[in-house]
Amino acid sequence: MDNPPAIPQVPAIQMRDVAVGAISDQSRLLVEEINWTVASGDYWAVAGLQGAGKSDLLLMTGGLMPPARGAYRLFGQEMPIFDEARLKERLRLGLVFDGGQLFNHLTVSENVALPLRYHRNLSRAEAEPEVSAILESLELAPWADSTPGALGRNWQKRVGLARALALKPEVVLVDNPLTGLDLRQINWWLGFLDRLSQGHRLLDERPATLVVTTPDLRPWKGHARQFAMLGNRRLAVLDTWTQVEAASLELE
Amino acid sequence: MQKGNVSAFDSPQVRLLLRMPLPRAYTDHLGRKLLRFLLTVQGLGAFALITLGVLLKKFRTARQVIRPLILHETSRAGLRLLPMFLFLSAALGLLVIGQTVSWLTRVGAINYLGTIMVIVVVRELGPLLTALLVLARIGTANVVELGTARALGEVEALEALGIDPVHYLVAPRVTGMAIAVFALPVSLILGALISGYLWAFIQDVPLRPGEYFRQLVGAFSGLDFALLAAKTCAFGFIIAVVTCYHGLAQPLRLEEVSYATVRAVAQSVIACVLIDALFIIIYLAV
Repeated sequence: MDNPPAIPQVPAIQMRDVAVGAISDQSRLLVEEINWTVASGDYWAVAGLQGAGKSDLLLMTGGLMPPARGAYRLFGQEMPIFDEARLKERLRLGLVFDGGQLFNHLTVSENVALPLRYHRNLSRAEAEPEVSAILESLELAPWADSTPGALGRNWQKRVGLARALALKPEVVLVDNPLTGLDLRQINWWLGFLDRLSQGHRLLDERPATLVVTTPDLRPWKGHARQFAMLGNRRLAVLDTWTQVEAASLELE
Repeated sequence: MQKGNVSAFDSPQVRLLLRMPLPRAYTDHLGRKLLRFLLTVQGLGAFALITLGVLLKKFRTARQVIRPLILHETSRAGLRLLPMFLFLSAALGLLVIGQTVSWLTRVGAINYLGTIMVIVVVRELGPLLTALLVLARIGTANVVELGTARALGEVEALEALGIDPVHYLVAPRVTGMAIAVFALPVSLILGALISGYLWAFIQDVPLRPGEYFRQLVGAFSGLDFALLAAKTCAFGFIIAVVTCYHGLAQPLRLEEVSYATVRAVAQSVIACVLIDALFIIIYLAV
C-alpha cells in the first residue's frame, strides 16, 4: 500500500524580511532583514549584547507590536493578532518577560490563575487544582499567597514562566531567563526548559518550541539546539559550533 | 494592521505634540494649546467609545473574573465612602439651611425652604459634590494604579496573555464608578434634607415636619429623578473614563504618573462642570 503523502508542517515562527522597532518607539529600527524560520520543537538561543534588540525582537515575536517591515507568521497566521476571533491562534504562544512583569496587586497563585480564569471563565475554586499543579511543578507552592513585591527577582521570573505556561502554549518565548540568577537557579532554569523542550506533563507531554534570549551563549551549550546572534542590526543564524564559539567570544 | 485597544493611542506623532515645549510667540502658544486640547478631546472621545464598545461586546466574556472586579470597584467607590458622605450630608444641610433660613425668615419666604433644598441639594450640589469627592478619593487612585501598571509593563503582560486591558482594567472601574456615583448622591441628598430640617428646627424656624415634607414633595418632579439618574451616571462614567485614559492610554514612565494624575483631575473637574451646565440648560428648557 502506498504511504499517504507527507503533509508539509507549517513552521511555528516564520519571518520574511522583518524589521523590528524599539517597543518604546517603533519608528526606531533595531534589527532589519530578519529571515528566520523556527520549526515546531526547535530550541533556539538568541544571543546579543545589551541594546542589540533581543527583548524587542521577542516582544514583537510575542505579538505585542507589529513588525516595522516584512511579514511575520505564527503557525501560518499573520501576526500580531488582536481580534477575538483569532485569539486561539494567538494563545498558542506564551511569553515570559525579563522582569516577570507580574500583576503586583495579585498574589502568585492569582497571577497564574488569571489567564486560566479569564479565557475559560472559571471561578477561583475551579481554577485551583490546575494552578496548584503548575505551582508545584515550578516549586512555587510556598509562595502561592505572597504578592510579587515580597519575592526576589529570581522567583518573580519563575512566576512569570508559570503564568505563561498556564494556557499550555506550543511556543514559549523567554526573555533573558538566566540574567541575574545564582548558579542553582541557572541550573534549575536550564533543566526545566530542557524538560519543556522534551515534553513536560504541564504541556501534556508535548515538546514545546522554545526561543530564549541571552547575553551569553555559553550556559546554553548542550541545552539549546539552535543558535542565533543579534548584532549590527542583523540576526545571524549560527550553523556550526565554531560559529557559536566565535559568537561567544564576541559577546565577552 | 489592526491595533490593540490600548496601543491604539500610542502614536509617536501625538506623543511628540503633547510633549513639545510651548513656543514663545503668543499665537503659536495659543495654537499649540488649542491643538493639545483637540487631541485630548479626540483621545478621550475615542477611549470612551472603545470602552463602551468593550462593555457591550464583552458583556458575557470572563464573567467569573470581571463580575467580582465590578463588585470590588462598586464597593471601593461607593460603600466605603458612605461614612464620609453621611458626615458631608450633615454639613451640607447645615450650610444650606444655616445660610438661607435667616434670610428667608426676614423676607417672609420660609415656605420656599423645601424648594430651595431641592434645587440646591438635589439638582446641583448633591451630584456635583459626589462626583468631586469620588474623583478625589477614587479617580486619583485609578490614575496612579493604572499609570504604575502601565509603567511597570503589566499592560503588556495582559496583552501577551490575550487579555484585553480595557476589558480587565477599565470596564470594571467604569461600571463600578458609574453605579457608585449613581448611588452615593441618594444617601447624600437624603442626609442633607434630613439634617437641613434638624438645623432649621434648632434655629426655631416655625416649620412643622409635615409642612417641610410637603414642600419637598411639591418641589420634586419626575424630571428631577430622571435627570438626577442621568447626571450621576454621566459623572461616574466621565470620571472613570478620564482617569483610566490618563493612566492607561498613554505610555508612561513612573515619574510621569503624578503629572498624569494632575491632568486627569483637572480634566475630570472641567468635564463634570460642563456636563452640569448641560443639565442646567436641559432643566431650563424643559
